[in-house]
Amino acid sequence: MTQISSDSVYKQAIEKALPSVALRWSEFRGQHRIDVPAANIATALTALKEAGMDQLCDLTAVDLLEYPGATDRFEVVYLLLNTSNSDRLTVRTYLNEPNLQIPSAHPIWIAADWLEREVYDMYGIVFTGHPNFKRLLLPDAFESFPLRKDYPVKGRGERHNFPIITRAES
Amino acid sequence: MPLELMDSPNADPNQREGLWTLNFGPQHPATHTTLRLVLQLDGEMVMDAEPDIGFLHSGFEKLAEVLDYNQYVTIVDRMNYISPMANEIAWHHAVEGLLGIELTPRCKYIRTIFAELMRIHDHLLCTGTCVLDLGGATAFMYAFNEREKIYEICERASGQRFHTGYTRVGGLLYDVTDDWIAMVKDFCKTFPKAYRDFAGLVMKNRIFVERTRGVGVLTKEDAIGGGATGPVARASGVERDLRRDEPYLAYDDLDFDVCCATGGDCYARFQVRMMEMLESLKIIEQAIDKLPSGPVFVSGTGKEGLPDKSEVYRSIEGLIHHFENIMPNRQMPSPKESYYGATESPNGELGYYIVSDGDFKAYRARTRPPSLLHFSLFSRMIRGCMLSDVAAVLGSINIIAAELDR
Amino acid sequence: MSTAASRHDLSRFGSEVMRFTPRQCDLMIVAGRVVMKMIPVLQRIWMQMPEPKWCISMGACACSGGVFDTYAVVQGIDRFIPVDVYVPGCPPRPEQLIRAIMDLQDKIKKTGTYNAREFQLRILPDGPKRFDEDELIRIRERNGLKLEEHKYDPIH
Repeated sequence: MTQISSDSVYKQAIEKALPSVALRWSEFRGQHRIDVPAANIATALTALKEAGMDQLCDLTAVDLLEYPGATDRFEVVYLLLNTSNSDRLTVRTYLNEPNLQIPSAHPIWIAADWLEREVYDMYGIVFTGHPNFKRLLLPDAFESFPLRKDYPVKGRGERHNFPIITRAES
Repeated sequence: MPLELMDSPNADPNQREGLWTLNFGPQHPATHTTLRLVLQLDGEMVMDAEPDIGFLHSGFEKLAEVLDYNQYVTIVDRMNYISPMANEIAWHHAVEGLLGIELTPRCKYIRTIFAELMRIHDHLLCTGTCVLDLGGATAFMYAFNEREKIYEICERASGQRFHTGYTRVGGLLYDVTDDWIAMVKDFCKTFPKAYRDFAGLVMKNRIFVERTRGVGVLTKEDAIGGGATGPVARASGVERDLRRDEPYLAYDDLDFDVCCATGGDCYARFQVRMMEMLESLKIIEQAIDKLPSGPVFVSGTGKEGLPDKSEVYRSIEGLIHHFENIMPNRQMPSPKESYYGATESPNGELGYYIVSDGDFKAYRARTRPPSLLHFSLFSRMIRGCMLSDVAAVLGSINIIAAELDR
Repeated sequence: MSTAASRHDLSRFGSEVMRFTPRQCDLMIVAGRVVMKMIPVLQRIWMQMPEPKWCISMGACACSGGVFDTYAVVQGIDRFIPVDVYVPGCPPRPEQLIRAIMDLQDKIKKTGTYNAREFQLRILPDGPKRFDEDELIRIRERNGLKLEEHKYDPIH
């Protein structure tokens, strides 16, 4: 993981794109993170793509309901990668109920297509501007968002809600 | 109807009425486990393919919030079940990165050997079933015979053929014995002949080449933008290999080449996998010669690794050490941070993004599945190909439903 | 897959033909975990198979849910499909699957298949009775055993 110093390309690109917004940079074991407010996320990601981050490695979300010391409910995480020199950057943004909408990153990287559908499936975060927005992994009729912390591991009975076939009927 | 006509911005929607919908259902031999494709066909040509996945979604990420780092390795095993130890190595690579644990040299070399054995294992299955789907059953049998030998090697080290649950935080479950080393050396001697038999049946086989050349092309821009990694990306010209670019385990000391191709079609992906098998064999030969002696578990300053079982049963210090590491309230705390650790698994870049809240279990452990990103590119690869090419393309991108759905 | 491949060859036992269309099959082997999205598909495949037919539930996850006691995995397919032979293990060894097929062959010899009318007598589902975890907790409390507070609520 390369050091992102204060004059690095990515810092400059972000500061040029969002001059008046206060951003928090942090670092842990060589991995750099930046926290961006949800309203500015589209500009930030476009600026980073133009600065060289050409691959969206992963897009995920975390439910901070039971996290000690959290101020927001959901954290959406973008893991970016520059394929030519292996620079990695983590971009985090925060969302709160009831407004769980965020612009889609599909116009920037096509990999965001299914990754965003999965985040919607598991957490209920809506990505606006997505070409084909519906559930990915769970059946369409499923009503809850399982990876939220208030949903129990064993579910609420959806897994056994099916008709039984016995030998006589088959 | 030609593809260009359909794609043009003023395409007449009535022309779509000539298309025929075919459901390539969740239960089908060519789909390699449960995935579903809804194909729009114009005669034999595939115009559009919409995948429908989730038929094996088991809630792995929800389980990560309940099980601790050492227990979750059994679940992670069951993700890419074609190369199980690769997942374990990736998981513990991420966990040890989060906890800041540095492994002993012997552990690094053993894990490297297993990672490369699993690469051969996965590529043998992928290429074998790709050929089987196109009709060649003999090559499939040859590939599977070699896989049996790798199963035996895993069994000798850990006790199970696959779903081994072999790695632990800071080390491995058991150390390897001398007859394991002899088995690996024996494998290195017999594999090249089996490879030549297998490759000789397939690589220059006219039917195979004509069915896979030019089929399912993935361009370099689509590969990078779509998040493709591993053999799928390397076959499209993206020269990236995590073993070389961000070295981990013992790859710094070993000498190997990164295999790339420029076609981006099924045949290129097949070629990359075949070449990677030979490179992996080279790595295994070097690593098994250089295997250092020493402990397999980190002892270090804190009591991070698990002690040897003979110590646990025979001395009180070993028992207390074991107790401190296993009992839920007494394990070592982890920093309250998030960390992303990735390795080059046979399918691509398999990474885990772990968010920790101080406990010895993950608050959130996200798997970055290479199969999901490759399958989302499938609809781009299949446009304009024939119906019978669907099997070839699906086989070449190596989708494993358990990793896709988690 | 290894069972059908070269070392443990399933065709030695008469099971050479693995056809993937249910209309031509006698035996359905459910291998691996079955999730709630897949159960209607599985039931439809079972209904598409003509009589006489049998089912083998292979692996711990198909028999009982296995390690995956989560919202998505069905805890045993015998809750929804009639099963004849169970193969435990995670994963089951190829030898276990061969043994399961041999056991099924013995079972067929004993119970017969001529007209399948003997199946019509078995109208109750074969699987386990729905286990009510609430009931277990009530029984324990009645007997004076106190359970600890679990970190997550198992009753849901």
